[in-house]
Amino acid sequence: MGATIVEKVFSRGCRREVAAGEVVMAPVDAAMIHDITGPLAIQKFREMGGKRVFDPGKVIMLFDHQVPADSIPAAQNHIFMRMFAEEQGIRNLDLNEGVCHQVVEERGLAAPGEIVVGADSHTCMYGATGAFATGIGSTDMGFVLKFGALYFRVPETIRVEVNGSFPDRVGPKDLILSIAGDIGADGATYEAIEFTGGTMVGMGMAGRMTCCNMAVEMGAKAGIVPPDTITWEYLKGRRNLDPFDLAADPDAAYLEERSYDASDLAPQVAVPHNVDHVVDVGEVAGTHVDQVFIGSCTNGRFEDLKEVADVLGKRKFSEGLRVIIIPASRAEYLKALRAGYIERFVEAGALVEAPCCGPCMGGAFGLLGPGEVSLSTSNRNFKGRQGSADAKVYLASPATAAATAMTGEITDPREV
Amino acid sequence: MARKPRVRAGRKVEQATRGVLTGQVWRFGDDVDTDAIIPGRFLTLYDPRELAKHAFEGTRDDFAGGAKEGDLIVAGRNFGCGSSREHAPLALKGAGIRVIVAESFARIFYRNAVNSGMLPLVCTAAREIRDGQTAELDLEGRILTVDGKRYDLEPVPAFLREIVDAGGLVEYARGLSEVTTCRDAMM
Repeated sequence: MGATIVEKVFSRGCRREVAAGEVVMAPVDAAMIHDITGPLAIQKFREMGGKRVFDPGKVIMLFDHQVPADSIPAAQNHIFMRMFAEEQGIRNLDLNEGVCHQVVEERGLAAPGEIVVGADSHTCMYGATGAFATGIGSTDMGFVLKFGALYFRVPETIRVEVNGSFPDRVGPKDLILSIAGDIGADGATYEAIEFTGGTMVGMGMAGRMTCCNMAVEMGAKAGIVPPDTITWEYLKGRRNLDPFDLAADPDAAYLEERSYDASDLAPQVAVPHNVDHVVDVGEVAGTHVDQVFIGSCTNGRFEDLKEVADVLGKRKFSEGLRVIIIPASRAEYLKALRAGYIERFVEAGALVEAPCCGPCMGGAFGLLGPGEVSLSTSNRNFKGRQGSADAKVYLASPATAAATAMTGEITDPREV
Repeated sequence: MARKPRVRAGRKVEQATRGVLTGQVWRFGDDVDTDAIIPGRFLTLYDPRELAKHAFEGTRDDFAGGAKEGDLIVAGRNFGCGSSREHAPLALKGAGIRVIVAESFARIFYRNAVNSGMLPLVCTAAREIRDGQTAELDLEGRILTVDGKRYDLEPVPAFLREIVDAGGLVEYARGLSEVTTCRDAMM
């Protein structure tokens, strides 16, 4: 019996053959902490008797959830983490760089075959660069900071093969929403999702990140795309590595195999309050919206902003709603700035904010009041996620968000 | 300049695996997410008792004031889905909850609960249990009785039980100076 790509990653890390179902104490190649989960992880590290972190060079620290500090407690957390970074010799990227997951990928800190953990559930995004990456809690992170290793149950894999070209104004976010709708919010619990097929190859790194990012919304431990020339090309200049082959064996055992035809897809929308409650945009078209948020680790990249700019053209956003646009990182912000998109968005009436998580986590700014409705390119529409528990959040692609921002109601991007 | 961190050491964890627990059932449905358990705007807090004041704020407002030591949460599928915030199990722990019974748990929450010294128990018939019923849980025998009816619970994996018995991962890890990884084991 052959091995899945995830079994191969763990076998590589453990230097022996490891199969799904085994529980292993595996060394981790990198560990990420941010301003929400980091302080507790540091506390747990100390409570465990930790004095020095396992390898300061493998710990990535940055602030993205509450930046610039939106409250005195947030500022105190930042101070506390800065002190820890200084004491331990950890490189602290602080609040300058953007959303953690985007920054980890940009810096080449999650490479093919590596095992990476982050104290944030969307850490699974780094499967886009062929790493096994998973989100963990603060106590697990405290353990990792001390020992450089963690217990993992090697997951079984669901293989999702996607072929065909996306229709106009349909893209990776529509695909992953459609998959989440099928698999369900707990359909992949404790498992990995491997994304393969021609569509995955063609969509490039930004789209792969969008798809892997949302693996956790199906309960998955990780999402992963087999590394190919596009992956290695992306890593050039970010990480000095010689390309190698990493792919599932043809006779690998999968828990489940699914196939999708991207050319069949219409723009998708996840309706409140579940990520797996997904419908074609037509079913909710015309719904009044008070706020559109375009950004987050799911859809705040240059490619997403380009899509928004393309839909918008020289027109304006509706004056009847708030449009908040937040590039996922400083690097993506600069690219969009140089392409003229930021100027276009501001002219069209949007608020463009500095890179951070923004309204996605419902703790900083851009919160929704009771009865308000938001359409967001982020990853979660749980009750209360972006503010009041009496608000509603719809999730959609950057194209659908742009069209909605132009009309003030949920709009099919093919119709503007 | 050194300032006092916001994070404070937690209280000594009580063992969640011994004795008999009697309490009221707080019944929840499927896909209870960590944003519902503790909304994002309270994540600058770390003290379980402070977090507990905001547990289920906006989604079940009678919980924070009403939950008592020994009460149980009984839920449907996928309890604790969403964010990795450990504030979620801590908020429940601060409210006096030691045991959560559900049809299934989301992965990160399950680990976080175990690591915090709480006991997540899988009960395939959890759906039959109703809000406000009185539950008795024999922690050693793993027998759940609700209003006279017995419910089967799935066994907790031995390794995880060791962590819960120790009082959580911190207590478990405190005595270790190093761990043997799968890589070291081969060398």
